[in-house]
Formats: sequence, structure tokens, C-alpha cells
Amino acid sequence: MKKLTQKMEFKPFCVLIAIILICGIVSGGDFFKITIVDGHLYGRLIDILRNGSRYAILAAGMTMALGTGGTDISVGSVMAISGAIACSIVDGRILPGLNGNVALAVIIAILAGAICGAWNGFMVAKLKVQPMVATMILLTAGRGIAQLVADGKIVTITSESYYKISGGYFLGLPIPMYIAIGVIILFLLLTKCTAFGMQVESIGVNPESSRLAGIKVERNLWIIYILCGMTAALAGIIESAGIKGADCNNCGLMIEMDGILAVAIGGTALSGGRFSIISSVIGALIVQTITTTIYAFGVAPELTRVAKAIIVIIVCLLQSKIFMEKVKALLPKRTEKEVHE
Amino acid sequence: MSKEKLLTMNGICKSFPGVKALDKAQFDLEAGEIHALLGENGAGKSTLIKVLTGIEIKDEGTIVMDKKEISPQSPIDAQNAGISTVYQEVNLCPDLSVAENVFIGREPRKGMHIDWKTVNERTRQLLKDFDLDINVEERLDNYSVAIQQMIAIARAVDVNAKVLILDEPTSSLSNQEVKKLFEIMNMLKGKGMGIVFVTHFLDQVYEVSDRITILRNGSYVGTYEAANLPMIELVGKMIGKDYSSLEAIPKGSSDEEDYEELVRIENGSSEDISDINVSLGKGEVTGFSGLLGSGRSEIARLIFGADKKTGGKTIIEGQERDIRNPLDAIKNDMAFCPEDRKKEGIVGDLTIRENIIIALQSKRGIFHKISKKEADEIADRLIKELAIKTPSADQKIKNLSGGNQQKVILARWLATNPKLLILDEPTRGIDIGAKAEIQKTIVDLAKDGMSCIFISSEIDEMDRCCSRMFVLKDKKIVGTLKGDEISQNAIMKLMAGGTEV
Repeated sequence: MKKLTQKMEFKPFCVLIAIILICGIVSGGDFFKITIVDGHLYGRLIDILRNGSRYAILAAGMTMALGTGGTDISVGSVMAISGAIACSIVDGRILPGLNGNVALAVIIAILAGAICGAWNGFMVAKLKVQPMVATMILLTAGRGIAQLVADGKIVTITSESYYKISGGYFLGLPIPMYIAIGVIILFLLLTKCTAFGMQVESIGVNPESSRLAGIKVERNLWIIYILCGMTAALAGIIESAGIKGADCNNCGLMIEMDGILAVAIGGTALSGGRFSIISSVIGALIVQTITTTIYAFGVAPELTRVAKAIIVIIVCLLQSKIFMEKVKALLPKRTEKEVHE
Repeated sequence: MSKEKLLTMNGICKSFPGVKALDKAQFDLEAGEIHALLGENGAGKSTLIKVLTGIEIKDEGTIVMDKKEISPQSPIDAQNAGISTVYQEVNLCPDLSVAENVFIGREPRKGMHIDWKTVNERTRQLLKDFDLDINVEERLDNYSVAIQQMIAIARAVDVNAKVLILDEPTSSLSNQEVKKLFEIMNMLKGKGMGIVFVTHFLDQVYEVSDRITILRNGSYVGTYEAANLPMIELVGKMIGKDYSSLEAIPKGSSDEEDYEELVRIENGSSEDISDINVSLGKGEVTGFSGLLGSGRSEIARLIFGADKKTGGKTIIEGQERDIRNPLDAIKNDMAFCPEDRKKEGIVGDLTIRENIIIALQSKRGIFHKISKKEADEIADRLIKELAIKTPSADQKIKNLSGGNQQKVILARWLATNPKLLILDEPTRGIDIGAKAEIQKTIVDLAKDGMSCIFISSEIDEMDRCCSRMFVLKDKKIVGTLKGDEISQNAIMKLMAGGTEV
């Protein structure tokens, strides 16, 4: 039992359950209602899973970057780039030879994400630019690149199979959820079944010690930023499929903050070191639950950000060791009494 | 003793998860004395100091200061009670002026504003007592560490302190500066202040201390008049065993006929050092001797590929090998304990187990992950072999004492089963007991056929361990000694004279 509570995933998981329960009670059970229409499941919880998938995928990549003590704030712009590329190919505006093949469009968009990540990796690993600054370049330039690809327009597309990436169902559950699960499994395989996870943590704690212990610090950083770029690209594809087009100005806007927030709520220290992909995914679901709930309760649009901020503050306080110790100090000290008896 | 006790600590207990750091420790201090607090690393000195200064809160025990019981909950509590501390690393703000540093947090005011005139004037007055004639409006970091330390002490004294704690104040000072510090300590003692002196340097203890209190494994060993306690007994009490067991380390052989070469460096060059030619024999402890900056560490880093190679050949067992980075070196069965344990050795937030297997994992590659079971076996075996003091392999390495951290780093490399083990200052800043254990381990490993490079700034330690030695001066090898030729005298002569041999 003690082992379970000490796991990194334990606290965020409890928070998630608590938030869902509170939402359920406040909404008088509406929140849990799941209906079946045409063999597909509908309901708030399903919405959270569908829309949270994007965050979960982003958070998986972001966790690794933060685990090395770095960060990647270019993910939103990379989403815009990948969305623009994928939609433009499906639309036939670029590479018309592919005849709008959806599968190829997705692959090329993800490759573009990998190239963006490689650029970030080059800046961080080779040139040793501070990650925040290094990725800021793509944060600002990325949307410009996306607009060049989309020719400055909002590319709208008509492709049922592309829509399915976001709106489709398999076995009654939304497709994005399966994509997210796939990504998470791949990341777990990479970090748990190889020594990559330990090496990332080691780099995050002390890069010089790691290098002298034979860890290829540069290579690992490259890999991580490339993975980060690819997860962003995937999230961008899902988002553009959701809005049935590529909106270079708004796709993934400010999402890097939500991504970092998800990881932070999951308990991975932004200074690097111990990380947990699962925790971050739970963090992503928390962020999504908050967002969905606020909309669902019809909070006035001008107040949604305030409401979100309050909830985030509460979640962060629960994660704060010092705050929890202070709270514990206020509670009656039962354990001490037991000792005295 | 008829003197009034200024401070008494009794029955102090403090536990950390899995470790009892202090077990009924005690300590007392009189006004106008310098009292040395000694013990190995991990003996509980720092914990006792932290309890006294309110950084840690004691589990049990009493602290009586000026006949009043106190229980400091924070450094400010301790300061208000008249206890001031100067830590090993100078705790001042380098960008602020000297005077600002002295008065930070308690600036005299004139209305709404800080009265800078008074601040500067009072600082000048204060530093006069310390014989420091410096510009108090200058930025602090324009002065040497020694002067910064004096300023830290001046600040500590000015806060109406009755007890001054000096935690390893001399470790970054030159001999001259140490002397100056001792003068100041004696001056303060003359004014009736009680000084707690924590240090690793036993000679210095005898120079200034009136009494000595020794801790071992968190327990109180005893308090002695410095004049009545010979150093050999002192060491015995600190490590809890006879000093004689530490004296003799039989060295490996250094016969010319037996000499079998493992590694040869031809014209090795990096950015810091050039044209180095050395040969390292199997089963030998080879020393690189020289003063700081002589190039002794640079050679080690060059051999291991830690610094970028700019030229030269590395020949291992007769074959030329290209060693461009630490991983290449590890794959060629080399191992390297770097000089700066904290910055280059330990991975603080990871567990002891991970710290031990990390190099072996690199050697095997990331796709051959060491299983949990194997990692446990390796870690447990090495923890036992090297007598690493820890409740479990799950502890974070940063929670260990310096000596035990060093043993973990040694374990990390032994796990890779190296043929060449390079140790740069493996015994720096660790206590005499762990030092002896590490020395003995090195010599034993060499006897089993491993080739070792040993670098230390302590000549007697080099003399005890090495069977062959290169002496360096100004980034050049100025002499080679082997077997019986090695003596402290011979080494020092070469280091000073630098005549080519």
C-alpha cells in the first residue's frame, strides 16, 4: 500500500478522480451520462477522452524534453505547420501527384514535425543554446512557415477519411484515443524497455556526469527533440482534422503552455530528472477535464480563464510539498499522540 | 572546570528517513574558547551544526544557551539567540558591495531611505578590527575568497553573536590566509566569544583549538583538552580503530622484468596539454604527481577522452584505438573517477543503484537494458564489497556522505570490469577512514591485475599507493620514478626543480 502511494502517478491520479467526481456531483450526474447513438458512445467523458488525446500526445513528448531539463515551446507552431502540410496535400494544393492520399499526407506531415524537432535538437544539443530560447525561434517562425505552406489562407478540405482522424470511431470509442494510446505505448516501450528513460533522467540531473559515464548526451537530446516534434505534428493533424482545415494562426495557439502544465501537474520537475509519461498523460486529462467542464457548465466565456486559473492553482497547491506539510501541521497530530501513549 | 558554560547541547537525536544521523549527541562551549568539532564524514558534525542553527529541527534533546533553553526553528531564531554561522561556501551576494553584504537585511535607516553613509562607515570600522583595509563600496566578488570569508565572519560577528560557528572555513584558503584567519579567531576568543571550529585538517585543530569534541556515527565519543590528546589517538577515536591498520599498504611489484604494458599514449595532445608520452603497466598503480594546474588531471582526461583529443595515438595492448569520447574509452575497458565528484561524478537525484549501473549500461548500449534483478545483484554486491554505508540501494546518492558517494562512483566503474581505472583525487574531502579504505581498494585491485592511474594532491598518499610515478610541472612530464625511488622527497624535488630526467 505504501509503495502504491509513493508512486509518482498516485497523486495526479487521485486529483483526476476527484475532479471528475466533483464535476459529476455538481452536474447532478449529467457528467457521467453516456449514450449510445449508432453504436458510438457519446457523453462528456468521451469528449474528454477525444479532446484530451491531443494533450496526452503532446504531453508524452514534452515530458521527455522537460525530463532532460529542457523544454520545447515550439510545439504549437509545429502543430500549425503539420496541419498546413497535411491539409494542403489532401487538398492537392501541394504535391498534387499524391492525389490527396491521406496516409501519405499524414506521414509527410509527421516527417515535417521530425525535421522541426531536428532543428530544435541541433540548436540545443550541438549549439548548446538554452532550450527555451532555441525553441522560441520555431515558436515565432513556425507560424510563418505554416502560412507559406498554406499560402496565407485557411485551407479547408473535404475528405471524409481525413475527418475520421479526429471524429471517427472504432469499437464505439473515438479514434484520437487510440492514436494517443498507441503513442503512449511506444513512449513507454522506449523509456521502460530500453535504458533510454534512465539516461534521459541522468542527463536531466547532471549532464556532465552523464557524459563521463558514457551517455551520448548530444544524441539523446536530438532524439528527444525529434520525438517532441513528431508528437506535435501528430497533435496538429488531429486538430486540423477536427476543424476540417488548417488555420495557421490559431492551430495549437498557446498549447505549449497547456502541455507544460500537464507535465507539471503530473509531477515531473521542470528542472529535469525523474519523469513519468503516465503521470503527464493523467495531467493532460486533468487539464482537458477542467476545460471541458468549464464549457459544459456554461461559465461565461470571459470567466473561463479565471475559472481555469483557480483550478490550476488548487491542483498545483496539492502538488506542493511545502503547502501539504503546512496543511498537515494544521491538522491534529495523531501520530505523535500514538507515540506518546 | 570552573568556567561558565555558554552553550550546552544534550542528548540530541535526529533521524532522517532510514538513517539515524544523531544519537544522543552532546556538545558544550565556554565563553572565550575555540572548540573543535571533529568526526568522519557522516559522523554527524554537520547535522549537529544544522540542529544548532535551526536548519534542521531536532527530534530529541535540549539546547541551553546562556542558561535559557532554546529550540531554534529557523536560522533567524538561532541568530536572535546569538548563534552565527559561517559556512564552507561563502554565503554572500557577489554582486553587492562589501558594506551592503555586511548590513544586508538590517540596514540602518534614515527616514524611508537606507543610510548609506552609516552603512559604509560602520563597515569600515568593523573591518578595521579584522585588519582589513579594503574599499567597502567595491563589489564583493572583486575580492579573493579569503577576504570574502573574513567579511562573512565580520558580518556574523556584528550580529551580536556570542557563539560563532565556522564550518570548514579553511578549505579554500592558502596557508597565509589560514594564519590570518587564526589570528582573527584568537582575537574574537579574547573578546569572550565561543567559537565552534569544524574542519578536516587535523594540524589546524591543534594550532588553535582549546578543546576537541569527537563524534562517530552520530554518537558522542568524547571531549578532550587539545593539549592532552596526541594526534594518533585523535585519529583512532575518529575512525574507531587503530591508526596502525591504516599505515602499511603493501604495494604491488614494480620489477622491470614483470612489466607488461597495457596502455601507451604517444604524443597525446588536447587543448590543455600536448605531446604526452606515457606507458601504463598491468597490475600497477601509476601516479601522476604535480601541483594544481601542472597537467595531472588533463592527462587523465585526455586518456579517457573526456577532453577533445587534438593529436596523438592511444595504443591498447599493442593495438591502436581511436578514443574520441568517454563512451569509446568505456568500450575499451577504461574507467574514470573525475576530480569534481559533485559536478562530474554523481547523478544526485538518481538512486545509488542507478548510479552504480549507469556506466555498465552505457557500455552495453541502451537496447540491452540491465534487468531489475541484475541491477539489484550488482548494486548489492558492490555496496557490500566496498562497505558503502546506506540503508538501501534505493537511497538517492546525494543523501550519502562524501566518502560514501565516492565509493558509489568507484562501484560504478568496478561494475564495468575495467582494465584501466583512472582515479583523479578520489580521496579529496573525504574522511581519513574512507580514505584508507579507498587506498587499500586501489592497491588490491592493482594486485589483481588491474592497471590504475592515481592522482592526488597529497604526496604521502601518492607515496603510499603508487608503484610508478610520472611527475609533472607546467604541463610537461619532468620525471619518472619507480619502485623504491619513490619517496616524498624525490617527488617534491622533481615538482619544484623540474629537471628533465
